[in-house]
Amino acid sequence: MISTNLIQQTAETLMEKAAIEIPQDYLEGLKGAASKEDGDLSAFVLQAMLENYEAAKEDRRAMCGDTGTPRWYVKMGNEAAIEGGPVAMETALRRATANATQNVPLRPNRVHPLWRTDHNNNVGIGAPEIEYAFEPDGDWIDLTTVHKGGLFGTDYRMLFPSDGIAGIKRFYLDSLVAFGKRGLACQPAIIGIGLGGTKDACMVLGKRAACLRVVGDKNPDPKIAALEAEFTELGNNIGMGAMGFVGSSMVIDCNIEVGYCHTGGMQMSVHAFCLSSRRAVARIYSDGHVEYRTDPNWFTPYQRRETVEWEDSAWLEKAHAN
Amino acid sequence: MAGKSPRKLRLSTNPTHEALSELRLGDVVYLDGTLYTAREGVYMRALEEKANIPMELPAKSAANFHCSPAASINSDGSFNLGAVTATASFRFSKWIGDWMAASGAKLIIGKGGMSAEDYKQHFVPNGAVYLTTVGYGTGALLGRGVKKVVDVHWHEELGLAQAMWVIEVENMGPFIVESDLKGNSLFERENEKIARNLEALYEGTKPATLKRYGETDDRKDELI
Repeated sequence: MISTNLIQQTAETLMEKAAIEIPQDYLEGLKGAASKEDGDLSAFVLQAMLENYEAAKEDRRAMCGDTGTPRWYVKMGNEAAIEGGPVAMETALRRATANATQNVPLRPNRVHPLWRTDHNNNVGIGAPEIEYAFEPDGDWIDLTTVHKGGLFGTDYRMLFPSDGIAGIKRFYLDSLVAFGKRGLACQPAIIGIGLGGTKDACMVLGKRAACLRVVGDKNPDPKIAALEAEFTELGNNIGMGAMGFVGSSMVIDCNIEVGYCHTGGMQMSVHAFCLSSRRAVARIYSDGHVEYRTDPNWFTPYQRRETVEWEDSAWLEKAHAN
Repeated sequence: MAGKSPRKLRLSTNPTHEALSELRLGDVVYLDGTLYTAREGVYMRALEEKANIPMELPAKSAANFHCSPAASINSDGSFNLGAVTATASFRFSKWIGDWMAASGAKLIIGKGGMSAEDYKQHFVPNGAVYLTTVGYGTGALLGRGVKKVVDVHWHEELGLAQAMWVIEVENMGPFIVESDLKGNSLFERENEKIARNLEALYEGTKPATLKRYGETDDRKDELI
Protein backbone atom coordinates (compact mmCIF):
# COMPACT_ATOMS: atom_id res chain seq x y z
CA MET A 1 0.00 0.00 0.00
CA ILE A 2 1.46 3.39 -1.02
CA SER A 3 0.72 6.14 1.49
CA THR A 4 -0.79 9.42 0.38
CA ASN A 5 1.67 11.30 2.60
CA LEU A 6 4.55 9.79 0.71
CA ILE A 7 2.89 10.69 -2.59
CA GLN A 8 2.51 14.31 -1.49
CA GLN A 9 6.08 14.61 -0.16
CA THR A 10 7.51 13.03 -3.29
CA ALA A 11 5.37 15.24 -5.49
CA GLU A 12 6.64 18.38 -3.71
CA THR A 13 10.23 17.28 -4.26
CA LEU A 14 9.47 16.62 -7.93
CA MET A 15 7.98 20.08 -8.40
CA GLU A 16 11.18 21.61 -7.03
CA LYS A 17 13.47 19.40 -9.10
CA ALA A 18 11.55 20.06 -12.31
CA ALA A 19 11.72 23.83 -11.82
CA ILE A 20 15.39 23.95 -10.80
CA GLU A 21 17.39 21.06 -12.31
CA ILE A 22 17.96 20.77 -16.05
CA PRO A 23 17.60 17.12 -17.16
CA GLN A 24 20.98 15.64 -18.13
CA ASP A 25 19.86 14.34 -21.54
CA TYR A 26 18.68 17.78 -22.61
CA LEU A 27 21.76 19.48 -21.13
CA GLU A 28 24.06 17.24 -23.17
CA GLY A 29 21.98 17.83 -26.28
CA LEU A 30 22.19 21.59 -25.76
CA LYS A 31 25.95 21.47 -25.19
CA GLY A 32 26.25 19.57 -28.47
CA ALA A 33 24.23 22.27 -30.24
CA ALA A 34 26.30 25.03 -28.59
CA SER A 35 29.56 23.45 -29.78
CA LYS A 36 28.33 23.60 -33.39
CA GLU A 37 26.65 27.00 -33.32
CA ASP A 38 28.24 29.53 -35.70
CA GLY A 39 25.81 32.41 -35.22
CA ASP A 40 27.40 34.95 -32.84
CA LEU A 41 24.19 36.03 -31.12
CA SER A 42 22.71 32.54 -31.01
CA ALA A 43 25.97 31.20 -29.53
CA PHE A 44 25.94 33.95 -26.89
CA VAL A 45 22.39 32.99 -25.92
CA LEU A 46 23.25 29.30 -25.54
CA GLN A 47 26.24 30.16 -23.39
CA ALA A 48 24.04 32.32 -21.16
CA MET A 49 21.57 29.44 -20.86
CA LEU A 50 24.31 27.05 -19.76
CA GLU A 51 25.38 29.57 -17.09
CA ASN A 52 21.77 29.95 -16.06
CA TYR A 53 21.36 26.21 -15.36
CA GLU A 54 24.40 26.39 -13.09
CA ALA A 55 23.07 29.45 -11.28
CA ALA A 56 19.69 27.77 -10.77
CA LYS A 57 21.26 24.66 -9.28
CA GLU A 58 23.69 26.59 -7.06
CA ASP A 59 21.07 28.99 -5.72
CA ARG A 60 18.21 26.44 -5.70
CA ARG A 61 16.04 28.88 -7.63
CA ALA A 62 13.81 28.21 -10.64
CA MET A 63 15.67 28.16 -13.98
CA CYS A 64 13.00 30.31 -15.57
CA GLY A 65 10.68 32.85 -14.00
CA ASP A 66 7.80 31.56 -16.10
CA THR A 67 7.45 28.19 -14.45
CA GLY A 68 4.85 27.09 -16.99
CA THR A 69 1.69 25.19 -16.26
CA PRO A 70 2.65 22.35 -13.94
CA ARG A 71 0.91 19.05 -14.68
CA TRP A 72 1.10 15.42 -13.62
CA TYR A 73 1.45 12.11 -15.38
CA VAL A 74 0.70 9.11 -13.19
CA LYS A 75 1.56 5.62 -14.29
CA MET A 76 0.47 2.72 -12.11
CA GLY A 77 1.71 -0.82 -12.12
CA ASN A 78 -1.19 -3.24 -12.31
CA GLU A 79 -0.62 -4.38 -8.72
CA ALA A 80 -0.17 -0.92 -7.16
CA ALA A 81 -2.52 -0.01 -4.33
CA ILE A 82 -2.92 3.51 -2.99
CA GLU A 83 -4.03 4.41 0.50
CA GLY A 84 -7.37 6.19 0.20
CA GLY A 85 -7.62 5.32 -3.49
CA PRO A 86 -7.23 7.57 -6.54
CA VAL A 87 -9.24 10.42 -5.04
CA ALA A 88 -6.78 10.70 -2.13
CA MET A 89 -3.90 10.63 -4.60
CA GLU A 90 -5.40 13.44 -6.67
CA THR A 91 -5.84 15.51 -3.52
CA ALA A 92 -2.19 14.86 -2.61
CA LEU A 93 -1.04 16.01 -6.05
CA ARG A 94 -3.13 19.17 -5.89
CA ARG A 95 -1.83 19.95 -2.41
CA ALA A 96 1.75 19.38 -3.55
CA THR A 97 1.22 21.72 -6.49
CA ALA A 98 -0.12 24.47 -4.22
CA ASN A 99 2.60 24.01 -1.58
CA ALA A 100 5.44 23.97 -4.12
CA THR A 101 4.06 27.13 -5.76
CA GLN A 102 4.50 28.92 -2.43
CA ASN A 103 7.75 27.27 -1.34
CA VAL A 104 10.00 26.97 -4.42
CA PRO A 105 8.52 29.52 -5.38
CA LEU A 106 6.83 28.97 -8.74
CA ARG A 107 4.95 31.63 -10.62
CA PRO A 108 1.23 31.28 -9.90
CA ASN A 109 0.37 31.13 -13.58
CA ARG A 110 -3.00 29.48 -13.49
CA VAL A 111 -6.01 31.75 -13.80
CA HIS A 112 -9.65 31.42 -14.82
CA PRO A 113 -9.82 31.89 -18.63
CA LEU A 114 -12.54 34.54 -18.48
CA TRP A 115 -12.47 36.08 -15.01
CA ARG A 116 -8.68 35.80 -14.63
CA THR A 117 -9.18 34.73 -11.00
CA ASP A 118 -5.79 33.67 -9.58
CA HIS A 119 -5.69 31.43 -6.52
CA ASN A 120 -1.93 32.12 -6.38
CA ASN A 121 -1.24 28.39 -6.13
CA ASN A 122 -1.51 26.94 -9.68
CA VAL A 123 -4.65 25.05 -8.70
CA GLY A 124 -8.08 25.70 -10.19
CA ILE A 125 -10.72 24.18 -12.42
CA GLY A 126 -8.96 21.39 -14.35
CA ALA A 127 -5.57 22.48 -13.02
CA PRO A 128 -3.17 20.85 -12.61
CA GLU A 129 -3.96 18.29 -15.28
CA ILE A 130 -3.51 14.73 -14.07
CA GLU A 131 -3.20 12.01 -16.72
CA TYR A 132 -3.03 8.27 -16.17
CA ALA A 133 -1.60 5.13 -17.70
CA PHE A 134 -1.08 1.58 -16.50
CA GLU A 135 1.60 -1.06 -16.91
CA PRO A 136 1.13 -4.82 -16.79
CA ASP A 137 3.57 -5.58 -13.98
CA GLY A 138 4.62 -3.88 -10.79
CA ASP A 139 3.33 -2.58 -7.48
CA TRP A 140 4.77 0.91 -7.97
CA ILE A 141 3.51 4.21 -9.25
CA ASP A 142 5.56 6.54 -11.46
CA LEU A 143 4.91 10.22 -10.85
CA THR A 144 6.07 12.61 -13.55
CA THR A 145 5.65 16.35 -13.42
CA VAL A 146 6.15 18.51 -16.48
CA HIS A 147 6.28 22.32 -16.31
CA LYS A 148 5.73 23.18 -19.93
CA GLY A 149 5.63 26.77 -21.08
CA GLY A 150 2.24 27.66 -22.28
CA LEU A 151 1.72 29.98 -25.18
CA PHE A 152 3.78 29.39 -28.32
CA GLY A 153 5.31 26.64 -30.41
CA THR A 154 2.32 24.34 -30.74
CA ASP A 155 -0.06 23.86 -33.63
CA TYR A 156 -2.53 21.32 -35.01
CA ARG A 157 -3.65 20.60 -38.53
CA MET A 158 -5.89 18.07 -40.26
CA LEU A 159 -3.85 16.59 -43.08
CA PHE A 160 -4.97 13.81 -45.42
CA PRO A 161 -3.25 10.71 -46.78
CA SER A 162 -2.71 12.57 -50.06
CA ASP A 163 -0.66 15.21 -48.24
CA GLY A 164 1.95 12.55 -47.55
CA ILE A 165 5.41 13.15 -46.11
CA ALA A 166 5.82 16.32 -48.20
CA GLY A 167 2.75 17.78 -46.47
CA ILE A 168 3.98 16.70 -43.05
CA LYS A 169 7.31 18.41 -43.73
CA ARG A 170 5.58 21.61 -44.80
CA PHE A 171 3.50 21.83 -41.63
CA TYR A 172 6.52 20.96 -39.48
CA LEU A 173 8.59 23.75 -41.05
CA ASP A 174 5.66 26.17 -40.89
CA SER A 175 5.35 25.57 -37.14
CA LEU A 176 9.07 26.01 -36.48
CA VAL A 177 9.48 29.09 -38.66
CA ALA A 178 6.28 30.74 -37.39
CA PHE A 179 7.04 30.30 -33.69
CA GLY A 180 10.83 30.39 -34.00
CA LYS A 181 10.89 34.02 -35.11
CA ARG A 182 11.91 36.24 -32.20
CA GLY A 183 12.35 32.96 -30.33
CA LEU A 184 8.74 32.75 -29.20
CA ALA A 185 9.04 28.96 -29.01
CA CYS A 186 12.02 29.28 -26.58
CA GLN A 187 14.15 27.12 -28.88
CA PRO A 188 16.32 25.13 -29.17
CA ALA A 189 13.85 22.59 -27.86
CA ILE A 190 12.78 19.00 -28.02
CA ILE A 191 10.11 18.96 -30.71
CA GLY A 192 7.26 16.46 -30.42
CA ILE A 193 5.08 15.48 -33.34
CA GLY A 194 1.79 13.62 -33.02
CA LEU A 195 0.49 11.84 -36.10
CA GLY A 196 -2.95 10.26 -36.34
CA GLY A 197 -5.30 9.40 -33.51
CA THR A 198 -8.17 11.84 -33.30
CA LYS A 199 -7.83 15.61 -32.98
CA ASP A 200 -7.54 15.52 -29.19
CA ALA A 201 -5.48 12.30 -29.13
CA CYS A 202 -3.12 13.76 -31.75
CA MET A 203 -2.48 16.80 -29.54
CA VAL A 204 -1.87 14.54 -26.54
CA LEU A 205 0.54 12.31 -28.51
CA GLY A 206 2.57 15.24 -29.79
CA LYS A 207 2.78 16.88 -26.38
CA ARG A 208 3.86 13.62 -24.77
CA ALA A 209 6.40 13.05 -27.56
CA ALA A 210 7.95 16.45 -26.65
CA CYS A 211 7.69 16.19 -22.87
CA LEU A 212 7.87 12.50 -21.99
CA ARG A 213 10.63 11.27 -24.30
CA VAL A 214 14.29 12.11 -23.78
CA VAL A 215 16.98 13.34 -26.16
CA GLY A 216 18.48 10.45 -28.11
CA ASP A 217 15.41 8.26 -27.70
CA LYS A 218 14.13 6.69 -30.96
CA ASN A 219 10.71 5.49 -32.03
CA PRO A 220 10.78 1.64 -32.23
CA ASP A 221 9.48 1.74 -35.82
CA PRO A 222 12.74 2.17 -37.80
CA LYS A 223 11.06 4.18 -40.55
CA ILE A 224 9.63 6.60 -38.00
CA ALA A 225 13.03 6.74 -36.28
CA ALA A 226 14.55 7.71 -39.66
CA LEU A 227 11.97 10.49 -40.01
CA GLU A 228 12.83 11.74 -36.51
CA ALA A 229 16.49 12.01 -37.50
CA GLU A 230 15.63 13.69 -40.80
CA PHE A 231 13.34 16.21 -39.10
CA THR A 232 15.94 17.06 -36.46
CA GLU A 233 18.39 17.91 -39.22
CA LEU A 234 15.78 19.74 -41.29
CA GLY A 235 14.86 21.93 -38.31
CA ASN A 236 18.51 22.80 -37.73
CA ASN A 237 18.93 23.75 -41.40
CA ILE A 238 16.35 26.54 -41.30
CA GLY A 239 19.15 28.96 -40.58
CA MET A 240 17.57 30.02 -37.32
CA GLY A 241 18.97 29.56 -33.82
CA ALA A 242 18.14 30.57 -30.27
CA MET A 243 15.79 33.58 -30.00
CA GLY A 244 15.28 33.56 -33.77
CA PHE A 245 18.79 34.88 -34.39
CA VAL A 246 20.77 33.57 -37.35
CA GLY A 247 22.13 30.17 -36.41
CA SER A 248 21.67 26.42 -36.48
CA SER A 249 20.29 25.56 -33.04
CA MET A 250 16.59 24.97 -33.38
CA VAL A 251 15.86 21.34 -32.58
CA ILE A 252 17.71 19.35 -29.91
CA ASP A 253 15.77 16.25 -30.87
CA CYS A 254 12.57 15.44 -32.72
CA ASN A 255 10.28 12.75 -31.33
CA ILE A 256 7.34 11.36 -33.28
CA GLU A 257 4.45 9.37 -31.82
CA VAL A 258 1.65 7.83 -33.86
CA GLY A 259 -1.85 6.54 -33.19
CA TYR A 260 -4.34 4.81 -35.43
CA CYS A 261 -6.64 7.36 -37.08
CA HIS A 262 -9.72 7.60 -39.32
CA THR A 263 -9.04 6.01 -42.70
CA GLY A 264 -9.61 9.32 -44.49
CA GLY A 265 -7.33 11.50 -42.36
CA MET A 266 -3.80 12.11 -41.08
CA GLN A 267 -3.97 14.42 -38.08
CA MET A 268 -0.76 16.22 -37.20
CA SER A 269 0.35 18.24 -34.19
CA VAL A 270 3.67 19.92 -33.45
CA HIS A 271 4.82 20.81 -29.93
CA ALA A 272 7.96 22.60 -28.81
CA PHE A 273 9.10 21.94 -25.24
CA CYS A 274 11.49 24.72 -24.17
CA LEU A 275 15.03 25.73 -23.26
CA SER A 276 14.42 24.56 -19.72
CA SER A 277 12.73 21.20 -20.59
CA ARG A 278 11.31 20.89 -17.12
CA ARG A 279 10.46 17.32 -16.19
CA ALA A 280 11.12 15.19 -13.13
CA VAL A 281 10.12 11.63 -12.34
CA ALA A 282 9.94 9.39 -9.28
CA ARG A 283 8.97 5.78 -8.83
CA ILE A 284 7.29 5.07 -5.50
CA TYR A 285 7.30 1.44 -4.46
CA SER A 286 4.77 -0.13 -2.12
CA ASP A 287 7.50 -0.71 0.49
CA GLY A 288 7.92 3.07 0.69
CA HIS A 289 11.19 3.55 -1.15
CA VAL A 290 11.45 6.20 -3.82
CA GLU A 291 13.75 6.46 -6.83
CA TYR A 292 14.17 9.78 -8.64
CA ARG A 293 15.06 10.07 -12.32
CA THR A 294 14.47 12.37 -15.32
CA ASP A 295 13.39 9.87 -18.00
CA PRO A 296 9.62 9.35 -17.75
CA ASN A 297 9.95 6.14 -19.80
CA TRP A 298 6.32 6.67 -20.68
CA PHE A 299 6.19 5.06 -24.11
CA THR A 300 6.77 1.43 -23.21
CA PRO A 301 5.79 -1.37 -25.61
CA TYR A 302 2.57 -1.71 -23.62
CA GLN A 303 1.68 1.98 -24.23
CA ARG A 304 2.24 1.49 -27.95
CA ARG A 305 0.43 -1.87 -28.17
CA GLU A 306 -1.35 -2.68 -31.41
CA THR A 307 -3.22 -5.85 -30.53
CA VAL A 308 -6.45 -6.65 -28.70
CA GLU A 309 -4.84 -8.68 -25.95
CA TRP A 310 -1.62 -8.02 -24.08
CA GLU A 311 -0.39 -11.55 -23.96
CA ASP A 312 3.10 -12.32 -22.90
CA SER A 313 6.69 -11.30 -22.85
CA ALA A 314 7.32 -12.93 -26.25
CA TRP A 315 5.62 -9.95 -27.89
CA LEU A 316 7.69 -7.62 -25.80
CA GLU A 317 10.93 -9.25 -26.85
CA LYS A 318 9.88 -9.11 -30.49
CA ALA A 319 9.09 -5.41 -30.15
CA HIS A 320 12.50 -4.75 -28.60
CA ALA A 321 14.32 -6.82 -31.23
CA ASN A 322 12.80 -4.69 -33.99
CA MET B 1 31.28 27.96 -31.00
CA ALA B 2 31.35 31.32 -32.71
CA GLY B 3 34.29 33.53 -31.96
CA LYS B 4 32.84 37.01 -31.82
CA SER B 5 31.17 37.83 -28.55
CA PRO B 6 28.94 40.89 -28.27
CA ARG B 7 29.88 44.15 -26.58
CA LYS B 8 28.85 44.36 -22.91
CA LEU B 9 27.68 47.54 -21.14
CA ARG B 10 26.22 48.68 -17.80
CA LEU B 11 23.14 50.89 -17.96
CA SER B 12 21.07 52.79 -15.40
CA THR B 13 17.34 52.13 -15.13
CA ASN B 14 16.99 55.92 -15.42
CA PRO B 15 19.32 56.28 -18.40
CA THR B 16 20.40 59.57 -19.96
CA HIS B 17 19.66 60.23 -23.62
CA GLU B 18 23.42 60.07 -24.26
CA ALA B 19 23.69 56.62 -22.70
CA LEU B 20 20.81 55.37 -24.83
CA SER B 21 22.27 56.84 -28.01
CA GLU B 22 25.44 54.80 -27.35
CA LEU B 23 23.52 51.53 -27.65
CA ARG B 24 23.83 49.45 -30.79
CA LEU B 25 21.62 46.56 -31.85
CA GLY B 26 22.98 43.32 -30.40
CA ASP B 27 24.85 44.96 -27.49
CA VAL B 28 24.57 43.10 -24.21
CA VAL B 29 23.37 45.24 -21.31
CA TYR B 30 23.36 44.84 -17.51
CA LEU B 31 21.08 47.09 -15.48
CA ASP B 32 21.54 49.03 -12.22
CA GLY B 33 18.80 50.82 -10.30
CA THR B 34 15.09 50.20 -9.86
CA LEU B 35 12.69 48.59 -12.29
CA TYR B 36 9.03 47.68 -12.10
CA THR B 37 6.90 45.01 -13.72
CA ALA B 38 3.85 46.10 -15.67
CA ARG B 39 1.88 44.04 -18.18
CA GLU B 40 -1.74 43.83 -19.34
CA GLY B 41 -3.23 43.95 -15.82
CA VAL B 42 -1.37 47.13 -14.88
CA TYR B 43 -1.95 48.75 -18.29
CA MET B 44 -5.68 48.12 -18.17
CA ARG B 45 -5.99 49.33 -14.60
CA ALA B 46 -3.91 52.45 -15.12
CA LEU B 47 -4.95 53.40 -18.65
CA GLU B 48 -8.50 52.10 -19.06
CA GLU B 49 -9.80 52.22 -15.50
CA LYS B 50 -7.75 55.39 -14.87
CA ALA B 51 -6.48 54.23 -11.49
CA ASN B 52 -3.62 56.33 -10.09
CA ILE B 53 -0.25 54.74 -10.81
CA PRO B 54 0.91 53.72 -7.30
CA MET B 55 4.50 54.94 -7.66
CA GLU B 56 6.24 58.05 -8.87
CA LEU B 57 7.22 57.54 -12.52
CA PRO B 58 9.67 58.09 -14.09
CA ALA B 59 11.41 59.61 -11.03
CA LYS B 60 11.68 56.25 -9.27
CA SER B 61 12.23 54.22 -12.42
CA ALA B 62 12.14 54.57 -16.19
CA ALA B 63 12.39 50.83 -16.78
CA ASN B 64 9.25 48.77 -17.39
CA PHE B 65 9.82 45.01 -17.29
CA HIS B 66 7.21 42.83 -19.04
CA CYS B 67 7.48 40.16 -16.46
CA SER B 68 5.84 38.30 -13.64
CA PRO B 69 8.37 36.86 -11.24
CA ALA B 70 8.25 33.39 -9.71
CA ALA B 71 7.59 34.88 -6.30
CA SER B 72 5.34 34.65 -3.30
CA ILE B 73 4.44 36.88 -0.36
CA ASN B 74 5.24 35.31 3.00
CA SER B 75 2.74 35.41 5.87
CA ASP B 76 4.87 38.09 7.62
CA GLY B 77 4.56 40.31 4.54
CA SER B 78 8.11 39.73 3.30
CA PHE B 79 8.77 38.56 -0.24
CA ASN B 80 10.21 35.36 -1.58
CA LEU B 81 11.52 35.96 -5.09
CA GLY B 82 13.31 33.27 -7.07
CA ALA B 83 13.51 33.58 -10.81
CA VAL B 84 12.43 36.43 -13.09
CA THR B 85 11.66 35.94 -16.75
CA ALA B 86 10.01 38.18 -19.30
CA THR B 87 6.76 37.59 -21.10
CA ALA B 88 6.13 38.25 -24.82
CA SER B 89 5.74 41.98 -25.42
CA PHE B 90 3.97 42.08 -28.79
CA ARG B 91 0.65 41.61 -26.97
CA PHE B 92 1.05 44.96 -25.21
CA SER B 93 1.45 47.04 -28.33
CA LYS B 94 -2.00 48.63 -28.00
CA TRP B 95 -1.14 50.19 -24.64
CA ILE B 96 2.55 51.01 -25.01
CA GLY B 97 2.17 54.53 -26.46
CA ASP B 98 -0.21 55.67 -23.73
CA TRP B 99 1.88 53.94 -21.10
CA MET B 100 5.02 55.78 -22.18
CA ALA B 101 3.15 59.06 -22.09
CA ALA B 102 1.90 58.30 -18.56
CA SER B 103 5.10 56.78 -17.15
CA GLY B 104 7.97 58.38 -19.05
CA ALA B 105 9.50 54.91 -19.51
CA LYS B 106 12.80 54.89 -21.43
CA LEU B 107 13.51 51.18 -21.24
CA ILE B 108 10.98 48.54 -22.13
CA ILE B 109 12.29 45.12 -21.22
CA GLY B 110 10.61 41.93 -22.29
CA LYS B 111 10.49 38.86 -24.48
CA GLY B 112 10.67 39.01 -28.26
CA GLY B 113 10.46 42.75 -28.80
CA MET B 114 7.77 44.64 -30.66
CA SER B 115 7.50 45.62 -34.32
CA ALA B 116 9.75 48.26 -35.89
CA GLU B 117 6.51 50.08 -36.61
CA ASP B 118 5.77 50.22 -32.86
CA TYR B 119 9.29 51.48 -32.25
CA LYS B 120 8.96 54.24 -34.82
CA GLN B 121 5.50 55.26 -33.67
CA HIS B 122 5.93 55.08 -29.88
CA PHE B 123 9.55 54.53 -28.85
CA VAL B 124 11.37 57.02 -31.09
CA PRO B 125 9.24 60.07 -30.10
CA ASN B 126 9.67 59.15 -26.43
CA GLY B 127 13.40 58.50 -26.71
CA ALA B 128 13.00 54.91 -25.52
CA VAL B 129 14.61 51.60 -26.49
CA TYR B 130 13.67 47.96 -26.13
CA LEU B 131 15.85 45.42 -24.32
CA THR B 132 15.10 41.73 -24.73
CA THR B 133 15.87 39.08 -22.14
CA VAL B 134 18.22 36.35 -23.31
CA GLY B 135 17.04 32.90 -24.33
CA TYR B 136 13.87 33.61 -22.35
CA GLY B 137 15.00 31.14 -19.76
CA THR B 138 17.78 32.94 -17.92
CA GLY B 139 15.47 33.49 -14.97
CA ALA B 140 17.98 32.31 -12.40
CA LEU B 141 20.73 34.64 -13.67
CA LEU B 142 18.31 37.57 -13.66
CA GLY B 143 17.14 36.54 -10.20
CA ARG B 144 20.72 36.91 -8.99
CA GLY B 145 20.68 40.54 -10.12
CA VAL B 146 17.79 41.37 -7.80
CA LYS B 147 19.04 43.13 -4.67
CA LYS B 148 15.63 43.35 -3.09
CA VAL B 149 11.92 43.59 -3.71
CA VAL B 150 11.03 47.16 -2.76
CA ASP B 151 7.27 46.86 -3.03
CA VAL B 152 4.37 45.03 -4.65
CA HIS B 153 1.46 47.18 -5.79
CA TRP B 154 -2.01 46.04 -6.79
CA HIS B 155 -1.41 42.38 -5.89
CA GLU B 156 -4.81 42.18 -4.23
CA GLU B 157 -6.56 43.72 -7.23
CA LEU B 158 -4.60 41.88 -9.96
CA GLY B 159 -3.09 38.76 -8.39
CA LEU B 160 0.62 38.06 -7.91
CA ALA B 161 1.33 37.35 -11.58
CA GLN B 162 -0.12 40.66 -12.81
CA ALA B 163 0.89 42.82 -9.84
CA MET B 164 3.36 45.69 -10.12
CA TRP B 165 6.57 44.42 -8.53
CA VAL B 166 9.14 47.12 -7.76
CA ILE B 167 12.61 45.65 -7.75
CA GLU B 168 16.02 47.07 -6.93
CA VAL B 169 18.67 45.54 -9.18
CA GLU B 170 22.42 45.53 -9.50
CA ASN B 171 24.32 44.32 -12.55
CA MET B 172 21.14 42.51 -13.63
CA GLY B 173 21.40 40.79 -16.95
CA PRO B 174 22.12 39.81 -19.58
CA PHE B 175 19.73 41.73 -21.82
CA ILE B 176 20.21 42.33 -25.54
CA VAL B 177 19.56 45.69 -27.23
CA GLU B 178 16.69 44.93 -29.63
CA SER B 179 15.77 48.47 -30.71
CA ASP B 180 17.81 51.65 -30.94
CA LEU B 181 16.81 55.30 -30.74
CA LYS B 182 16.10 55.29 -34.48
CA GLY B 183 13.57 52.50 -34.11
CA ASN B 184 15.54 49.74 -35.83
CA SER B 185 14.82 46.18 -34.72
CA LEU B 186 17.47 43.48 -34.27
CA PHE B 187 14.88 40.70 -34.65
CA GLU B 188 13.64 42.12 -37.94
CA ARG B 189 17.20 42.41 -39.18
CA GLU B 190 17.79 38.73 -38.31
CA ASN B 191 14.45 37.69 -39.86
CA GLU B 192 15.50 39.27 -43.15
CA LYS B 193 18.73 37.28 -43.21
CA ILE B 194 16.95 34.02 -42.39
CA ALA B 195 14.25 34.67 -45.00
CA ARG B 196 16.83 34.38 -47.80
CA ASN B 197 17.16 30.64 -47.09
CA LEU B 198 13.48 29.83 -46.74
CA GLU B 199 12.62 29.18 -50.36
CA ALA B 200 15.34 26.55 -50.71
CA LEU B 201 14.36 25.05 -47.36
CA TYR B 202 10.76 24.51 -48.44
CA GLU B 203 11.71 22.72 -51.67
CA GLY B 204 10.13 19.27 -51.77
CA THR B 205 7.34 20.17 -49.36
CA LYS B 206 3.81 20.91 -50.45
CA PRO B 207 0.92 22.98 -49.12
CA ALA B 208 -1.85 21.18 -47.27
CA THR B 209 -4.83 19.86 -49.28
CA LEU B 210 -7.23 21.57 -46.88
CA LYS B 211 -6.42 25.27 -46.47
CA ARG B 212 -7.11 27.42 -43.41
CA TYR B 213 -8.32 30.97 -43.00
CA GLY B 214 -5.31 33.16 -43.04
CA GLU B 215 -3.94 31.27 -46.02
CA THR B 216 -6.44 33.18 -48.12
CA ASP B 217 -7.49 36.70 -47.30
CA ASP B 218 -10.88 36.39 -48.93
CA ARG B 219 -13.43 34.96 -46.51
CA LYS B 220 -15.70 34.15 -49.47
CA ASP B 221 -13.14 31.56 -50.59
CA GLU B 222 -13.61 27.89 -49.90
CA LEU B 223 -10.73 26.23 -48.10
CA ILE B 224 -10.27 23.30 -50.47
